Amino acid sequence: MSEKVLMKGNEAIAEAAIRAGCRHYFGYPITPQTELAAYMAKRMPKIGGCFLQAESEIAAINMVYGVAATGKRVMTSSSSPGVSLKQEGISYIAGSDLPALIVNVQRGGPGLGGIQPSQSDYFQATKGGGHGDYHLIVLTPASVQEMADLTGLAFELADKYRMPAMLLADGTMGQMMEPVELPETEPEFVDKPWALTGTGMKREHNIVNSLYLVPEELERTNLERFERYKLIEEKEARWESFMTEDADVCVVAFGIAARVSKNAVVEARKLGIKAGLIRPITVWPFPKKPIAEAAKTCKAFVSVELSMGQMIDDINLAIGCSRPVSLCSRVGGMIPSPEEVLESIKKAAGGNE
Amino acid sequence: MVVFERPKSLAKVPMHYCPGCTHGIIHRLVAQAIDELGIEGSAIGVAPVGCAVMAYNYFTCDMIEAAHGRAPAVATGLKRSDPSKIVFTYQGDGDLASIGMAETVHAATRNENITVIFVNNAIYGMTGGQMAPTSLPGQVTQTSPYGRDVSTAGYPIKVSEMLSALDGPEFIARVAVNNVKNVKNAQKIIKKAFENQVNNKGFSLVEVVSSCPTNWGKTPSDALKWVEENMIPYYPLGIYKDKSAQKEGE
Amino acid sequence: MTTQILIAGFGGQGVLFAGKFLAYKGLMENKQLSWLPSYGPEMRGGTANCSVIISDEPVGSPIVSKPDVLIVMNLPSLDKYEKDVVPGGKIFVDSTLIERKVERTDVDVYYIPATQLAIDIGAPTLANMIMTGKVIKETGVVSYDEIEKTLEKIISARKANLKDINFKALETGYNS
Repeated sequence: MSEKVLMKGNEAIAEAAIRAGCRHYFGYPITPQTELAAYMAKRMPKIGGCFLQAESEIAAINMVYGVAATGKRVMTSSSSPGVSLKQEGISYIAGSDLPALIVNVQRGGPGLGGIQPSQSDYFQATKGGGHGDYHLIVLTPASVQEMADLTGLAFELADKYRMPAMLLADGTMGQMMEPVELPETEPEFVDKPWALTGTGMKREHNIVNSLYLVPEELERTNLERFERYKLIEEKEARWESFMTEDADVCVVAFGIAARVSKNAVVEARKLGIKAGLIRPITVWPFPKKPIAEAAKTCKAFVSVELSMGQMIDDINLAIGCSRPVSLCSRVGGMIPSPEEVLESIKKAAGGNE
Repeated sequence: MVVFERPKSLAKVPMHYCPGCTHGIIHRLVAQAIDELGIEGSAIGVAPVGCAVMAYNYFTCDMIEAAHGRAPAVATGLKRSDPSKIVFTYQGDGDLASIGMAETVHAATRNENITVIFVNNAIYGMTGGQMAPTSLPGQVTQTSPYGRDVSTAGYPIKVSEMLSALDGPEFIARVAVNNVKNVKNAQKIIKKAFENQVNNKGFSLVEVVSSCPTNWGKTPSDALKWVEENMIPYYPLGIYKDKSAQKEGE
Repeated sequence: MTTQILIAGFGGQGVLFAGKFLAYKGLMENKQLSWLPSYGPEMRGGTANCSVIISDEPVGSPIVSKPDVLIVMNLPSLDKYEKDVVPGGKIFVDSTLIERKVERTDVDVYYIPATQLAIDIGAPTLANMIMTGKVIKETGVVSYDEIEKTLEKIISARKANLKDINFKALETGYNS
């Protein structure tokens, strides 16, 4: 076992990415993810990697597209307004079936918004974000340890399914320090015969492209992609269940909201309310199964979010609107307190009896 | 004796370009440079959005299609991933000098070791003839139906002059393909722009003054005449920056 | 046991560093912990605060809204957070900079003239570590043993000359 070190979440992502074999990072400064870029700027030149501060987020994501096309592990990071700028490039990466990692350390919006934590990019991250039909694999860390672990996993899944993955964190996760155990194992790389490595005069040329002027062809690529998405939805949903077995009230929350909710669930149990928590670790694919399962026995759900209510739609879809789902949320950089979540749990427990 | 043949780096497929369009010539010159330098196996090309959008089908080396204007950023990624590869972009005026100006200027100022082929025909061809950043004053297009009015639409951007003011780039030149003499010179200059990359010299851009008979509403030969009489006087040909030659001369 | 600590003061008073020190010490004692700073422009001269949680169990929310231990290094921080401390909690006040007394009667209060003590030992910027020394003594949230090792861990090699003076500040606080 490796030694535990104390790290900021942003730094843990950077170090984990390097350990996952990522040697190319492109970014543009924005709060609250700057530590990630700073870490890369320091480390990359020393390990023969590439750190480049691009002229814009748009340029950065297109540099990512370029490296991804060569088959190497590559990433960019930003925060909400910057991730909006990257959407065009993300759509191209998805449309060209390339693996890459995009980190969004979310802050409040819309517009320039604020710099304090938020989860209000949920729709953007899980429903596509840019133009066209596509998905990203979206992982939502709730600790500094997960910031590191899910970074490695994101690279693996992106390679496995040939698609971009996103680490959807928030300002709190980026800024907080916790003990973290970094992976010591060598990364495993998959074969990428599609990569642009030069023909070497030994093979036909490879083309990385998302343009199909014949509609039948474009339809076919979309259908194939969604076959893959179906498989991912079946196999790659991840979540943590906490005291859900006998729960009357099931809280659903991810990231920092899940940390706060856990405290509230423990308090609720002390008051005799049977509360539980399902914490999505992936929000695309959304963990529909455990939530639908919980709906069979619990009376009500509470969606705890740092948004005006975005994930709540996915909860309603997962349970076919078979149980009431209430929203407990703070926005604009505010975070609900455990007491506020507890109040919502109490209401949900009482209102349905 | 074979006196004229298709360069090996040019794919044996029909091109979609309009009759009289000079893209075909410029593609050929690029392919010829790649052949002559023996870099086909290590070359990676970046196609733009614009008339040359399907250039990825026309070159036999590895190719990637970039979003509108982003080719220099994509090329940066490709080159940084493996500096031993020869990376080039092929871009039009709307792509390079309008929507992608930031990417162009910054790749140049970083002296990114890539080759940029910039085709300037003073119009948006693919979308049907709108005003380009390089459309001439008074030029009639779909979106400047009364002629480009510089008081509201501003002046054409002289890309080669502008970029050569930067300290970064290695090589900036403007050529034309409207007659045999100019084509022969363009061939030399394009080859040099690739050679510079092979020799790790840095950012090399060749602006090719080109024609668009279809959207200019001219016959191919009148279009070439228009290049001679209107385009070249506004966009003088020549080498605007050659850092290595400068050093040798010092 | 879980101890929730909130440290607050002006930016530049070393509030974040004091928290980091406690967090590192906790780490070296194999405790569970989290450290969460306020961030943004306020770090430069405005108010800064940081939440530190040190526990024997996994830490839930890293945000300290009801501190067991409040360390305040300026008056606005005392005004803002005094009411939040849990009954029976502890408040540590830099009495050089904060003239008023704590109004709450259901908490233990420690007045430390930390800024003055720091000036006295020739380290005017280390009132934070004097406060930290006192906190360790009165709360036992982390042990005072091997305190130098922790300093070695968090003070970069480039600033190694600062280790001794930090140790002195901790000691001064601990013995005050």
